Amino acid sequence: MKRLQIWDHVILLSGVFFMVAPVVLAFITSTHDAVTIYRSGLQFGFGDQGLQAYEDVLFRAGGFTKEVNGLVMLKNSLILGLGFAIGKIVISMLAAYAIVYFRFPMATFCFWIIFSTLLLPLEVRILPSYEIVQQLGMVNTYQGLIVPLIASATGTFFFRQFFMSVPDELTEAARIDGAGPWKFFIDILVPLSKTMMAAIFIIMFVYGWNQYLWPTLITTDESFFTLVRGIKQILQVWVGAQIPDYDQIMAMAILAMLPPVIVVVIFQSWFVKGLVESDK
Amino acid sequence: MSTITLDTVRKVYAGDVEAVKGVSIDIADGEFIVLVGPSGCGKSTLLRMIAGLEDITTGEISIGDRVVNKVDPADRDIAMVFQNYALYPHMSVYNNLAYGLKNRNMDKAEIDRRVKEAARILEIGDYLDRKPRALSGGQRQRVAMGRAIVREPAAFLFDEPLSNLDAKLRVQMRVEIKRLQKGLGTTSVYVTHDQLEAMTLADRLVVLNGGNIEQIGAPIDVYDKPASTFVASFIGSPAMNLLKVKGDENGLSLVSGKGLSGANAFGKSAYTLGIRPEHMSVVEAPKGDGNSGVDLEIKVNVLEPVGAESYIYGEFAESGEEIVVRVESHSTYEPGQTLFLRAEPKDVHFFDAETGARIES
Amino acid sequence: MKKVQFQSRLIPYLLLLPQLGIVGVFFLWPAAEAVRSSFYLEDPFGFGSTFVGFDNFIDTVTSTDYGRVARFTGVFTFFVTALSLGIALLLAVKADKVLRGASSYKTLLMWVYAVAPPVAGLIGILLFDQHVGPIVDLVAMFGWEMQVGVSYSDTAIAMVVAAVWKQVPVNFIFFLSGLQGISKSVQEAASIDCRSGFRRFWTVTFPLLAPTGFFLLIINITYAFFDTFGIIDVILKTEPGNNPVTLVYKVYLDGFRGNDLGGSSAQSVILMALVFILTIIQFRLIERRVHYT
Repeated sequence: MKRLQIWDHVILLSGVFFMVAPVVLAFITSTHDAVTIYRSGLQFGFGDQGLQAYEDVLFRAGGFTKEVNGLVMLKNSLILGLGFAIGKIVISMLAAYAIVYFRFPMATFCFWIIFSTLLLPLEVRILPSYEIVQQLGMVNTYQGLIVPLIASATGTFFFRQFFMSVPDELTEAARIDGAGPWKFFIDILVPLSKTMMAAIFIIMFVYGWNQYLWPTLITTDESFFTLVRGIKQILQVWVGAQIPDYDQIMAMAILAMLPPVIVVVIFQSWFVKGLVESDK
Repeated sequence: MSTITLDTVRKVYAGDVEAVKGVSIDIADGEFIVLVGPSGCGKSTLLRMIAGLEDITTGEISIGDRVVNKVDPADRDIAMVFQNYALYPHMSVYNNLAYGLKNRNMDKAEIDRRVKEAARILEIGDYLDRKPRALSGGQRQRVAMGRAIVREPAAFLFDEPLSNLDAKLRVQMRVEIKRLQKGLGTTSVYVTHDQLEAMTLADRLVVLNGGNIEQIGAPIDVYDKPASTFVASFIGSPAMNLLKVKGDENGLSLVSGKGLSGANAFGKSAYTLGIRPEHMSVVEAPKGDGNSGVDLEIKVNVLEPVGAESYIYGEFAESGEEIVVRVESHSTYEPGQTLFLRAEPKDVHFFDAETGARIES
Repeated sequence: MKKVQFQSRLIPYLLLLPQLGIVGVFFLWPAAEAVRSSFYLEDPFGFGSTFVGFDNFIDTVTSTDYGRVARFTGVFTFFVTALSLGIALLLAVKADKVLRGASSYKTLLMWVYAVAPPVAGLIGILLFDQHVGPIVDLVAMFGWEMQVGVSYSDTAIAMVVAAVWKQVPVNFIFFLSGLQGISKSVQEAASIDCRSGFRRFWTVTFPLLAPTGFFLLIINITYAFFDTFGIIDVILKTEPGNNPVTLVYKVYLDGFRGNDLGGSSAQSVILMALVFILTIIQFRLIERRVHYT
């Protein structure tokens, strides 16, 4: 029995190594200067530059971008992540409430219209989506960045599942207590959904923050760049460079992953619950 | 406080399922009515129609002098206690009680007075700041009752409120509900599938089966004179024994043996004879005449002592019909043993074998 | 939907308005546009378009390039799905079993979920870099000159590794929650009936995990098809050249770089059909899962 447990730990530690080592290596290497890295490869011990690369990326424009620094991109990433998560929660809760709690003629039709969006990821209809956003004059705006991403019904599907699990007696008790549709929603349903809202918020924040293809197309003006979008810029500079700024590339990668990773780790239990229940 | 009148109330669900088939009941002011029956008999549907949670297909329901068919649940002046309590999990006990009153824009001081008063009656004053999940089953049940009481409604509606409690607590709460209802004098309609609960709580029982009323009456009357074989087997535990009886020009005879005689006064060819387990006694030998009662001869299968009394589960050698007999505590009978039983005429019920309806002799 | 419902003429439509509006403008419209333009040939100088029926589809399907990309997508999907499911299952089974440090393992194995695909690609390309990558140095010791970005197969390997690295956490989370959902009494019954732990896994645990597995299979296929876009784009440093790309990447390439609107749309429509089938299968599985519980 004991030997078996040791093997379990060996396997798990290898898994942890596979998951953690690349990022740790990237972080350690980012404390060296670009020339050292170019000459002797990724580094296994901390270098003499400290967090210089991070300072450069965050506060100095003109590394990979010409006009904005990392701080602006960080702000844009936050706007995208928060805007997407909040927008999605509000819109999908309202829609799910209508679908689950109301009897009306077009209910089934609306249901299928909304859920048909689960059939086609943005990547598949990327070109016409871009053209429409362009026609609407929403290129290089936050609305253009956020709103089309909300079109998918994942959130609505999630809240529908949750609302279905709320006991009917609660609605009946509320009706006898004199609560109409709005009162019931605000006084009962929203407070009951708090944990679920938190869970879906984390998932959606991470999803929004991590968007790459759509921001790449919609934002050409640097002042709207997100951190993840900025990676595209890195690549374009990298291809032409003599000695690429490896330290700054890695600093950028670490910065782009740090906020969502922190959120996921801190709110781990909510996030796991949300993920497992929503994708059912 | 007020009367409730149901006039040929029907409920038909989509797909032509008739859950309630024309039920009429007059409930007096302050009366405790229990709707009892097996699952699917329409008792919950009926209660929910009174509450306004289900539409009424045809017929009329009045609370007091007012026809409430089209009245919203919140405006019917009723309060309901649900099976799973249906407490708002995110609100404190205080707010659970106060929520309905707040929605009626009641004065804050009056709300506070009512909540405190209900808490005092139900002895939940110490828990007013807690959330429902921090309460035990019995305490939640009290809060659910409290939510009904603070409304000071014309009627209480109870939908199997005790079925989630354990046996001991159920007895305790049963007594308490009865005491409370008598104290407040509020008209109450109570739904249960538990015949013991129905017997002990009701001023009048309404026994429902397949959407129809089988019998309405005081519990003891229903027990003494069940209107049908359905009621006979539903009320009383263990259930009444139902035996087949043949009738012809020579008179009546048990399918299982000879211990019955008498003229076939109703001229039918088949009857059902009912005897409660507690209405038979073990005798040394059959009396033989059969005229003044019923003599039975059975074979013992199992003896089941429950402490205060014991039950014999036996069968008739001839037909295999089964029978349950209550005997004294500490009795000793062996499986396979043959026993003679006797029931007195006043304890013997006759039912039409075809319709199950009671035949008064 | 629900036994207890409110009745109102206006409110449900008000509630649905924002969602339906966004779906209409940013989903239905573009989807319809994609279908429409798949039947048209767009003039490269923007002077209108002509209806060409199924020509775009025929051109697409018969081109050798498309066949090559489709084959690669298949191989790529197979490896990403098989490896990330296999590794995740192994880790989940072990993490479910260990007593000490279970929650630390859990956190350390799942945090990569939060890493964006292009960031995963960026880390990958650094590890496989010609000049600085330690993996290149490592395999060089065995005489393998890895040239990611130049050699077709080496680039493919880098893509698969980065894609698996990014996907293991999701599968791990689902497998672990599936394992923890198996009731303790069933496991205890199994441990009385069967002494071999390995046999017990295959005869009891694995079948009970099958619904989760099927569900994840679909999720992983969808991931390999669509969500790996960022990884691929970064590993190619946005210049595909002769390197492998997936079908979704080709839609983007032909549409935005090649200006072949009709061809790109035709490819979109083919992918739509594929996703449609996958989603139908997934919905079937969801129904089944719901019935299980």
